[in-house]
Amino acid sequence: MTNPMAGRSIHWWNEETRFAWAALTPALLFFATFVGFPFGYSFYLSFHDWNMMVPTPTWVGLENYTALMADAEFTKSLVQTALFTIGITACIVVFSLAMALLLDQKLRWIKLYRTIFYLPAVTSLVAIGIVWVWMFDPQHGLINQGLRGIGVEGPLWLADTRIALLSLILTAAWRNVGYFATIFLAGLQGIDNTYYEAARIDGAGAWDRFRRITLPLLKPTFVFVVVMSVILSFQVFALVYVMTSGGPAGSTSVLVFYLYQQAFTYFRMGYASAVGYVLFLIIFVLTLLQFKAFGKTVEA
Amino acid sequence: MTKSTLHTPGRLDERPWPATVLLYALLLLCTVITLLPFAWMLSSSFKPTVEIFSGTAQLIPANPILDNYINAVTRQPVARAIFNSILVAGIETFAVVVTSVFTAYPFARLRFPGRDILFMLILGTMMIPSQVTMIPTFILMKWFGWIDSYQGLIVPRIMAPLGIFLMRQFLQSLPKELEEAARIDGCSRLTTLTHVLLPLTGPAVATLAIFTFTASWNEFFWPLLVVQSTEMWTIQLLIAQLKAAEVTDWGMVMAIVSLSVLPTVLIYVVLQRYFVKGIAMSGLKG
Repeated sequence: MTNPMAGRSIHWWNEETRFAWAALTPALLFFATFVGFPFGYSFYLSFHDWNMMVPTPTWVGLENYTALMADAEFTKSLVQTALFTIGITACIVVFSLAMALLLDQKLRWIKLYRTIFYLPAVTSLVAIGIVWVWMFDPQHGLINQGLRGIGVEGPLWLADTRIALLSLILTAAWRNVGYFATIFLAGLQGIDNTYYEAARIDGAGAWDRFRRITLPLLKPTFVFVVVMSVILSFQVFALVYVMTSGGPAGSTSVLVFYLYQQAFTYFRMGYASAVGYVLFLIIFVLTLLQFKAFGKTVEA
Repeated sequence: MTKSTLHTPGRLDERPWPATVLLYALLLLCTVITLLPFAWMLSSSFKPTVEIFSGTAQLIPANPILDNYINAVTRQPVARAIFNSILVAGIETFAVVVTSVFTAYPFARLRFPGRDILFMLILGTMMIPSQVTMIPTFILMKWFGWIDSYQGLIVPRIMAPLGIFLMRQFLQSLPKELEEAARIDGCSRLTTLTHVLLPLTGPAVATLAIFTFTASWNEFFWPLLVVQSTEMWTIQLLIAQLKAAEVTDWGMVMAIVSLSVLPTVLIYVVLQRYFVKGIAMSGLKG
């Protein structure tokens, strides 16, 4: 952060400082209560055993964490979360970028198309989750009825352990591709046109211009999109809750769904807090790694 | 296919016509994929049960009826759930806008010890996934006696780091002279903020308000934890509950889902320029 007012000295207790602290007090109280305290308390809980029925948590040391390592269901949910995240992020990088390139063309009614493609992003995951449950309905859903129309018997989708997770990825892709396309489009339109003109004068073809100008200059947007997609996908919950409840046979149980079950079905608050901390660490490390991996030429 | 950008003049002429046809075909394909689930949702909500289970996928109902909507309102607590959602999202939006402006102002305009560290701390809270803080927040609500109440739904959501960030960016972009003139005229800092700066924040406030309202309307995880009785259900909880109870009256379910999607879609269609602005602000400057 730059300090535009360097040179003037800061007073420790003048009217300006007093006003600032007065204005900030509610915010500080709020964040201390609803972020600071919970963040610390869930760390504390992760070393305890507590079902909320007895007044105080029991200290168990690292037991929750060691139990997690040996918990096959936890490992399974971790793997499934990773698969979901990789699947949806791959979809987004490919389809959102393609859609953004399409929306960047000079075509008739292009603004109308931009409006339409963003539309799924304003709907709730609960609402679209249930719409897609109905779309995927093996007997009466639109997809299998459509397939039947061309003589193909469609799969059971959400009821098939092998493709239930894929069905969730398709649903999440439907909702998010347009959103990330809008972000890519903003990135594309921020590229200075003179680069393209210069390349054209030098005789560069369309593919060369895309590879040597568009892609490198789009890198900051790329990093942002991938990081956001990974963070959001790792926290997927509502879709799973509404569409499959983690089933069939646990094939779509993801990390946050597992955490929710441990905390609010089995009331293992300490264990669930440990799951929460593992989630936090994973997201933290992944975000840092991505900035390191892609971030070399990114300013900021 | 020619790759060129919107800003290139005379590009329309250089694209061979098969490429243009292909581009329109792709646009059409994307449009169909995007709109088909909405069409299926609306169409099912107007179909009688026999038609829904007839075994033929008709996108236009043969005999459209309103029964599903009537059933939804009479048999399910739809009105109450929508009322709860409007109340919660409305208060939350108002609160976030007010707290964001007041918290952003010192960060944007004043000099005081600890400013930059405090600002980084507040932004840093965005790094913590809400699921990590969810359990202790739930326990807090128990201590406060706020489980199953509007306070419990609303209070943990009345401030947002992103809102503070957006308002700070916006306030910093306003010319300083305005304030200085008001200060010289003897206005207090508070009056300067409420009477000189606030009237200028219209576009930023609109963007923040729309995003907060949409997010709050669509919020699911927190209400799921804090709400227990049917009277306190938000519309999202009601929908999830229908699925959990395995209600198979798909016509009625789709009617309720259509009603739940309508407000955010309407807000988006009418006020979309603020959405675009918000994406640019949160996405690229963040």
